[in-house]
Amino acid sequence: MSHATTLRWRADKAARFESRAATCEAPAIKWVLVTASLAFFTLFLLMPLAAVFVEAFAKGWRTCIAALSDPDALSAVRLTLIAAAISVPLNLVFGVAAAWSIAKFEFRGKHVLITLIDLPFSVSPVIAGLIYVLVFGAQGWLGSWLSDHDIKIIFAVPGIVLATVFVTFPFVARELIPVMQAQGREEEEAAVVLGANGWQTFRHVTLPNIKWGLLYGVILTNARAMGEFGAVSVVSGHIRGLTNTLPLHVEILYSEYQFSAAFAAASLLAALALVTLCIKTWVEHRAARAWDNTGTITS
Amino acid sequence: MAATRFHALPGFRITLGYTLAYLSLIVLLPITAVFLKTTSLSLAEFVEVVSAPRVVASYKLSFGMSLAAAAINAVFGLMLAWVLVRYSFFGKRLVDALVDLPFALPTAVAGIALTALYAGNGWLGQYLAPLGIQIAFKPPGVLVALVFIGLPFVVRTVQPVLEDLDTELEEAATSLGADRWQTFRHVILPVMLPALLTGFALAFARAVGEYGSVIFIAGNIPMVSEITPLMIITKLEQYDYAGATAIATVMLFISFALLLVINGLQAWTFKCTGRDR
Repeated sequence: MSHATTLRWRADKAARFESRAATCEAPAIKWVLVTASLAFFTLFLLMPLAAVFVEAFAKGWRTCIAALSDPDALSAVRLTLIAAAISVPLNLVFGVAAAWSIAKFEFRGKHVLITLIDLPFSVSPVIAGLIYVLVFGAQGWLGSWLSDHDIKIIFAVPGIVLATVFVTFPFVARELIPVMQAQGREEEEAAVVLGANGWQTFRHVTLPNIKWGLLYGVILTNARAMGEFGAVSVVSGHIRGLTNTLPLHVEILYSEYQFSAAFAAASLLAALALVTLCIKTWVEHRAARAWDNTGTITS
Repeated sequence: MAATRFHALPGFRITLGYTLAYLSLIVLLPITAVFLKTTSLSLAEFVEVVSAPRVVASYKLSFGMSLAAAAINAVFGLMLAWVLVRYSFFGKRLVDALVDLPFALPTAVAGIALTALYAGNGWLGQYLAPLGIQIAFKPPGVLVALVFIGLPFVVRTVQPVLEDLDTELEEAATSLGADRWQTFRHVILPVMLPALLTGFALAFARAVGEYGSVIFIAGNIPMVSEITPLMIITKLEQYDYAGATAIATVMLFISFALLLVINGLQAWTFKCTGRDR
């Protein structure tokens, strides 16, 4: 399994390449490539990020603060936190269970299972919302039963949580599976032979080995859970103060031409993204050090 | 066949059972609902919905722009990965960390930020408008958003393969008289190719389904700048659940096909590079 966001052991080997004549280019070529890359980077990554903060503060601090302390904004923040607070632990438990069964045991259909776990990433977020409308919506499978019992899922908070769980489903599992596979099962088997029960084995042997991968998966899950737009948009119904998450709040403000307020709310999400990237970089750094110390990395 | 093999470690049945139950409840059963709902349409009705001119125009836009964006990302993603692995320069660690920004930044935020940049009065749009180039609210806007979304897929797929490349290969090529370009073209690129194609396919798959960042900048003009996921939303807003589901079915089949292609490409990458074994 190779994924675009898998925690891995990294070392900067640039000096090694640049010190040998056979593996480096003429300075002019290096200059052209670095400049072109940085230009592309600035144009497509740095400028959009800067635009969010500049637009947010375009009309001054006060407007920005006022937009963020608006009751609808606060309720959107609260709903976003609730959705993340439910979906992260659910997918964490699932991820650990899935990784334990897949990495520590052999069984038929394992590759199919891994592919199915990845499925939510290949499905458009819009479809992720649609499937729950088809199951729980007024005309869905369970629609009439739910309305008889006065339970609202679609256009209510449970639907938002479900959609969030779906789009963040694979993160923890896909981080942990390669880490646990690389670890092998000898250490756990030794613990069991020495008399540890299942929980003790996991707590004292497995967990220290996977903690960085686990944290990495949780950060990615949380970032996506708080930022999801498409899937949540389909099941939310956009009821202000009730079923609006922060990204949906941004959309509503934007479509009402309240640009400063929209960018103020967006800057909160952009700040969250920056915090996520900082923690992620820190985890990569710590994990690299842990691997350097123990030497237990298979690359 | 190891069906009766003794497991020294505990917890196999409970973890696998939980995994399968949770997977079925959250993912598999709801996706089945799409296919079942589609069967409420007759074949003729299904074909009529998914081949309506407005829907066909959305396929052309979604797939055309996703292909173009993935191609742009393949070129610039490879270049960025190369620069990050091979060279030391000022600000490199910051660039390396920020490459993941599109993963971390909510798509709605990316959408309004790009629109602010490329609108007629935006930071970049104001310089492009006098040249007669319009990006926001036109099809090129879709392309810009999809390039933003897909970039980290190529960089992060190519980067580890590039890092693990043996210097001996290049030294051998050089000692045999190859110049730098020949070495890149005939020695490095063939090893990189599977990873590059995987990154391309991942970026393409993500772009086809992308919604949040695109709808703000696309302008959403029927027949011109509507993406396929937006067609699903449009049908849903008209309470045309069967129609929405029919288009979703087409998209799901394409997603499954892409998933198989990507799995094949990844297997090929591992075979070529011996990584992750």
